[in-house]
Amino acid sequence: MAIIEVNRLTRAFGDFIAVKEVTFSVERGEIFGFLGANGAGKTTCIRMLIGLLAPTSGEARVAGFDVYTQPEQIKRNIGYMSQRFSLYEDLTVRENIRFYGGIYGLSNRAIKEKTAELLEELGLTGVRDERIRSLPLGWRQKLAFSVAILHDPEIVFLDEPTGGVDPIIRRQFWDLIYEASAQGVTVFVTTHYMDEAEYCDRVSIMVDGRIEAIGPPGELKRKFGVDTMNEVFLRLARGGAETAAETAAQGGGG
Amino acid sequence: MDAVVVRDIAKSFGAVRAVVGVSFSVREGELFGFIGPDGAGKTTLFRMLVTLLLPDAGEAFVDGLHVVNDYRRLRPRLGYMPGRFSLYPDLSVEENLKFFASVFGTTVEENYDLVKGIYAPLEPFKDRAAGKLSGGMKQKLALSCALIHRPRVLFLDEPTTGVDAVSRQEFWEMLGRLKASGITIVVSTPYMDEARLCDRVALMQGGRLLSVDTPDRIEATYDRPLFAARGSDRYRLLKALRAYPHAFSVYAFGDSIHYTDARETADPDELRQYLRARGFEDAEVEPIRAGIEDVFMALMQAQEEAHDGHH
Repeated sequence: MAIIEVNRLTRAFGDFIAVKEVTFSVERGEIFGFLGANGAGKTTCIRMLIGLLAPTSGEARVAGFDVYTQPEQIKRNIGYMSQRFSLYEDLTVRENIRFYGGIYGLSNRAIKEKTAELLEELGLTGVRDERIRSLPLGWRQKLAFSVAILHDPEIVFLDEPTGGVDPIIRRQFWDLIYEASAQGVTVFVTTHYMDEAEYCDRVSIMVDGRIEAIGPPGELKRKFGVDTMNEVFLRLARGGAETAAETAAQGGGG
Repeated sequence: MDAVVVRDIAKSFGAVRAVVGVSFSVREGELFGFIGPDGAGKTTLFRMLVTLLLPDAGEAFVDGLHVVNDYRRLRPRLGYMPGRFSLYPDLSVEENLKFFASVFGTTVEENYDLVKGIYAPLEPFKDRAAGKLSGGMKQKLALSCALIHRPRVLFLDEPTTGVDAVSRQEFWEMLGRLKASGITIVVSTPYMDEARLCDRVALMQGGRLLSVDTPDRIEATYDRPLFAARGSDRYRLLKALRAYPHAFSVYAFGDSIHYTDARETADPDELRQYLRARGFEDAEVEPIRAGIEDVFMALMQAQEEAHDGHH
């Protein structure tokens, strides 16, 4: 059964239609890459899926909950990590885990167990009482991912999780994604690194508010007769992207 | 004469050694890239070169002028586009461009030929507040503003970070045209694939330069056997390759996995057989040539090992 079901989902900001009748589904346990140029409508779409923004029309269910009537249940049953914000920089590693454990409603005992487990797995035991701001970006991002799935959600949304990190950390981060996926967590991820698009089971590419292509990377490459996802992306997104981005900025969406 | 000459320059912030004794030079008219992740020291290095930050040690010359002693004379000769949005968001597109021209005592008209190709797509939006532009357009405006006083050396700090693949490609096409007009360009990026678009690159990590050369020559320094492996269950394949006794490094790479052998020579057949024996019937293994990213990761790994050795 699909964990995300989206049918003709639409969102307008005034006259500007940021997301236009988008239809797709994501299967349980899948690593799904959600690609698109800046301003293509990705962020608007994600905000609707995680219960932060009401759609203008269309339908969407995430983890079995309706985005119109059950946004709070959605928020409790998903994990979310964005590049811009994820951890509290002035809190220590341990305090962050404890804080998020509390938010997700875990018991004190569960938080304690999870903390020990997580510190061990990520090799952060030695820095557990260090403030987040003093840690390298790569460590922070790995910790942010683990914290995002602390409450064992069925699905986790990752918004550009690997921006700016070094090539080794980027791959270690994908090991965490594979590991989570192997344990049954569905992963919904956006990225500007096209080599990472190849790591996904399926990807969709958004252009001007619509999904222009969807499928496994190998299938899309065959369809367009090219060797890399970068070429697929450029074929689809070039041209429309610029004007779309301009209108998006004008409409206040994105 | 070299456009940029840097000798043993260093900068620390408290206990953090952001740049640790870096030396290099950039030739006139060159498109020179600094490739490295966040925290490598690229921004600190750039700020010292554009006279905004004093070095703790060492010296640097840009266009023949000392970055500390001659900073006043140097400033009009250099253009700088910082990584973060550098425009006045409340001023219009056109006002921003005029402002930057007048600060340097020139006019938009005088140098319009230089920025025309970059600024033209912005003309229809010239009355819009700069803060309301999309990422790609902001980037074009910031580049126009950094160029409008016709600098001799242009410093671009991570102009393509967070920018989608289409805008990235367009940006590099613009840089190619600028280079053709004779301007020396020093650019930094966390994207390894952009190294190929530079005349020469410096790989930077932990405040140090790991290597400085042409992309071709850097790639040729990779001295271990490198294979690309493909198979249906990628994560299992990755783990199986890591468990191979001769594995030096194993990294996912687009639609394949790059496997480096620890020995001086290695036979792809042997690895194929190992994978078959582990149930990967369809696994393919082929020798490949290393790219910049392979070299970068190998140098990082070597640096970390050397570091651990000191402890």
